[in-house]
Amino acid sequence: MNMTLLAVTFLPLVGALVLLLMDNQPSRRNPAVLRWTALGFSVFTFLLSLPLLLTFQTGAGFGSGDMSFVTDVLWIIPWGIHFHIGVDGISLPLILLTTFLTPLALLSGWTSIEKRQKEFLILMLLLETGMLGVFVALDLFLFYLFWEFTLIPMILLIGIWGSDRRVYAAIKFFLYTAVGSLLMLIAILALVVIHANQTGQYTFDLLALKAGLKLDPAAQIWLFLAFFLAFAIKVPLWPLHTWLPDAHTEAPTPGSVILAGVLLKLGGYGMLRYNLGLFPDAARTLAPAIAILAIIGIIYGALVSFAQKDLKRLVAYSSVSHMGFVVLGIFSLNPLGISGAVLQMVNHGLSTGALFMLVGVIYERRHTRLLSEFGGLGISMPIYAALMLIITLSSLAVPGLNGFIGEFAILQGAFATNWIYAAFATVGMILAAVYLLWMYQQIFTGEIKNPANAAVRDLNRREIWSLVPIVIMVFVLGLYPALFLNIIVPAAQSLASQVIQHAALTLQFPFLP
Amino acid sequence: MAVSVTNYTVLSAMLFTIGIIGVLTRRNAIIVFMSIELMLNAGNLAFIAFSRAFGSVDGQIFVFFVLTVAAAEVAIGLALIVTIFRSKNTADIDDISTMRG
Amino acid sequence: MFDLVVLVILLPLLGVIVNAFFGRRLGERWVSYIGPGAVGLSFLVALILVLSLAGLPVDQRHHETILWTWIPIGNFQVDLGFLLDPLSAVMILIITGVGFLIHIYSVGYMHGDPRFARYFTYLNLFVASMLTLVLGNNFLVLFMGWELVGLCSYLLIGFWFERVSASDAAVKAFVVNRIGDFGFILGVMLIWTTFGTLHFTEVFEAAEKSLQSGAPVAIAITLLLLIGATGKSAQIPLYVWLPDAMAGPTPVSALIHAATMVTAGVYMMARSHVLFELAPFTGQVVAWIGAATALLAASIGVAQYDIKKVLAYSTVSQLGFMVAAAGMGAFGAAMFHLTTHAFFKGLLFLGAGSVIHGVHDEQDMRKMGGLRSSMPTTFWTFVVAALALAGIPPLSGFFSKDEILATASSQNIGIYLLLTIAAFLTAFYIGRQVLMVFFGQARSDVHAHESPRVMTIPLIVLAVFAAIAGFFNLPGVGSFSGWLGEQAGELNLAVAAISTLLALAGLGLAWLLYGRSPVQQDQRDPLAVRLGPVFTLLERKWYVDEIVDLTIARPFKALCSFLAGEMDLGIVDGFVNGVAWLVSLFSRWLRTIQTGFVRSYALAMLLGAVLLIVYVATR
Repeated sequence: MNMTLLAVTFLPLVGALVLLLMDNQPSRRNPAVLRWTALGFSVFTFLLSLPLLLTFQTGAGFGSGDMSFVTDVLWIIPWGIHFHIGVDGISLPLILLTTFLTPLALLSGWTSIEKRQKEFLILMLLLETGMLGVFVALDLFLFYLFWEFTLIPMILLIGIWGSDRRVYAAIKFFLYTAVGSLLMLIAILALVVIHANQTGQYTFDLLALKAGLKLDPAAQIWLFLAFFLAFAIKVPLWPLHTWLPDAHTEAPTPGSVILAGVLLKLGGYGMLRYNLGLFPDAARTLAPAIAILAIIGIIYGALVSFAQKDLKRLVAYSSVSHMGFVVLGIFSLNPLGISGAVLQMVNHGLSTGALFMLVGVIYERRHTRLLSEFGGLGISMPIYAALMLIITLSSLAVPGLNGFIGEFAILQGAFATNWIYAAFATVGMILAAVYLLWMYQQIFTGEIKNPANAAVRDLNRREIWSLVPIVIMVFVLGLYPALFLNIIVPAAQSLASQVIQHAALTLQFPFLP
Repeated sequence: MAVSVTNYTVLSAMLFTIGIIGVLTRRNAIIVFMSIELMLNAGNLAFIAFSRAFGSVDGQIFVFFVLTVAAAEVAIGLALIVTIFRSKNTADIDDISTMRG
Repeated sequence: MFDLVVLVILLPLLGVIVNAFFGRRLGERWVSYIGPGAVGLSFLVALILVLSLAGLPVDQRHHETILWTWIPIGNFQVDLGFLLDPLSAVMILIITGVGFLIHIYSVGYMHGDPRFARYFTYLNLFVASMLTLVLGNNFLVLFMGWELVGLCSYLLIGFWFERVSASDAAVKAFVVNRIGDFGFILGVMLIWTTFGTLHFTEVFEAAEKSLQSGAPVAIAITLLLLIGATGKSAQIPLYVWLPDAMAGPTPVSALIHAATMVTAGVYMMARSHVLFELAPFTGQVVAWIGAATALLAASIGVAQYDIKKVLAYSTVSQLGFMVAAAGMGAFGAAMFHLTTHAFFKGLLFLGAGSVIHGVHDEQDMRKMGGLRSSMPTTFWTFVVAALALAGIPPLSGFFSKDEILATASSQNIGIYLLLTIAAFLTAFYIGRQVLMVFFGQARSDVHAHESPRVMTIPLIVLAVFAAIAGFFNLPGVGSFSGWLGEQAGELNLAVAAISTLLALAGLGLAWLLYGRSPVQQDQRDPLAVRLGPVFTLLERKWYVDEIVDLTIARPFKALCSFLAGEMDLGIVDGFVNGVAWLVSLFSRWLRTIQTGFVRSYALAMLLGAVLLIVYVATR
């Protein structure tokens, strides 16, 4: 039993319950009491998660079944369902990212969310528990529970507080992800049944399955694909990405921040934990095909970004490109690529999260996201321009800022696997400069032509302080990435070596003779 | 003449059939509802008969469950019918087809 | 004590922090102490370090300072470390020295600008980044500096971001540089994959030990690095950003786009000369690219009217000389020309800035003229720099350029010819510029005035160096080359005589066209009259920008909007929505089963139950 991790995971849920019991009409004396309560719980969750980082004993992690802060209780006995949670070097950074971003996301919706504030805050906290649950779950049943649990708050956030086409976007998001998830559910059940047939014991426990399961090649491939589809939709991998621009664009600012910042990482995390962890042979067989899809996504996302007229859509497509790097890193199947992918997930969460917060700021002031409506904001909003510049540069991977470390490690990892991958993926890095600087130019430079742009206020104190933590992390991770790399690398190494150790068995793709 | 389990079964089947015919042919919601109750009780009768015949208490326990569910059903079902009557001013189930696809 | 090298970078960085956070509150007066002061102190520290480095025996002039492990991923270990050796020593002296002068000059030039503090923030950041570039002890720290100077260049070119042309030029500079970085970063990755390290010393040792001359991997690495160098050092085909970069403030052009940043490519090649020496093929390519760039840019410089554009193309051309030298293996000569060029071209830009300042932000040379008397200090310093650029002995440019020409004459006669023609054109265009700007009558009614002392003193200091720097490395003596561990250049009297004569001929031709009868107001350029369409071709820069726009920029935009529209919304998303549409079509058919009559549902249930019973009974 480890109370810290339990507390981190479920504190937001407690917060949601507390909010549920609070009065819907906050007292006149303190109208923000609901918001402050929610913020308090999320900040406290973050503070609680810091000891995880500080006391984490660097270990081999999941690759050799070595997890930290474990709680393991048999839950539903006849089916062998455990309540089993724990972290390793791959999930810990993502947990910290989640607890770090949630309070900031709440701050970004401080004034822009006006209707049904209480429900909004409850959903945000529920979402946090759901996401944390996905990262800590070590039981397939528990994992699936949390996985689906993240979906509900998110569709409500999009569907209720979104902009004009919110219902379309919410439904699309729901259906798209549900299709993938259901296939994964079938694969989970198949895994359990196969294991039961082999050993006569029902268990959903991930570590037990990983240790005890012998799968024949064809089964590996099919199960791999069923899991992979769910994760690839979430990431999203080209060509399964089209829910993302709609969902991002329609979601309210805090929703976009969490969606881009954390939810997409569930996919990348799932690939590492389940696809690589459970099906190493299939991963090796399919890696080239997936890497090619990832590279197409990197370049395609960048090119499409460049042609967008809507600011949020532009950032959304940039996520397609950046998350392509993550997938490429994972399926380089070497420690460099995998470490880079985990770090890139954190970096993308920070920079794209911040980008959506910044877009939210300007949307709240001007009620438009069309790039052509802006121009010259560098004159009227200098602080905003400076913060946006730092985040943009982080996103386009300028060394010294966080984005570079992850992308370089991924590229170097891909290069070691196949230099052609790296050559094409590097094109994505160039294109990032093209579309991001183009975006920056459209918003900030030139004369102010639209009088509305002259009158906008610069950032207020709340907005600045909601962005400053991210900016600090951008620099810290850019100059001293060892903070996370020391945790990530051993786990990545053991995972990679596990995938490569299985090389004795070379798989044939079942469709082909 | 001892009453055998067959007699009970036949009676139960007859009651059940009457219930079915009632559900399928009557248009008044109350009557349909009564017919459903009749079908439930036909089931109960069969349960008890077999329970007695096999000397097992399981069937009687089931009957308790069925009775409980039936009671709950009455509460909800009648409430629904009353509400429908209030709003539509009819209890004819053929007049209520708003669920048509 | 050599660990103090960190201080050299830290001081400008401190300036960045102070100026960025408190600059607006401190006001122009304090910023103008802090900005240049930080760089000045940094220069002092650098000077002390270099002097003590010089005091060491030759084989000990190599000191590394490691701050911490920057990227630790298993066997991929990269330190955040700095290397002080003769090569980086030369660079840090140029960067902090010339940088300090330009900072002082900027105080006068940017006086009254509302974003004064921001200007010095960027400029200090640039100095810190450039120092990181040259002091890095491995390829990745070098790359960090490489990208950061590119970033500062972006920020400073677009400093007056209200002007669309400035922000366009800034984006163009960054993007074109990124294209170069594509090659550079792939080169770095190939180096790690080949040698398992990115640390300079280890890479070069491993390369010397394990690679044969002409090894394919060495050729691949150096060609990739070359792509990076063509971006940063503005060589064919990636030179197009530099002329546009003149949209920035003129001191920026002097510091970044003449003296320091653009020489980063040359520095990088000199730093990794071990690799380049292992790849003679790449050396050939480098030399030809450099020579071709030198000639192409010089030819364009002949026909420009903008005072800064002439200097911009001149810079491209002179960088071509350095790159050609590096390609021929004469890294000492390349570095020497880099040094003298930093002095005289920095001075030319500052002089041009002084002129622009004096005539109230006019940059068209056709509207200048006769500034000799009203701006005497600017005039005399400009002339010194111009003669140095033209290669008139005994000024600095003569020695450095001549060393390159002498190498070329002994190695590759084709390159020698290209460079010699370029040198002739150089003398001509700089003569044309001096004559058009300072001689004759004023061609507009602005009242020119000499710049304040804070601007002219840096001019004078630089002029002294532009005049005497040649003696650092006399042919046959070569103290500068010796410092870098290179052979001293040979004295080749024939080459020296030819180039001096050609330089004089170029200046003489300029005098014939522009000096004998000065150009009058609204008179057509005499050269344009004589060359006709050829002049137009040169004036429009061989139509390169137009060709790039037509063959790359437009198709790229079209591709992007095709992908965003037809492809993504049409096909990819269309497929998804098509599936949804099929499902809804099916359900529209299926819904007809739902009649809404409870009794039909009940009947269906009954039938179902009967079927089930029949099935169970007959099974």
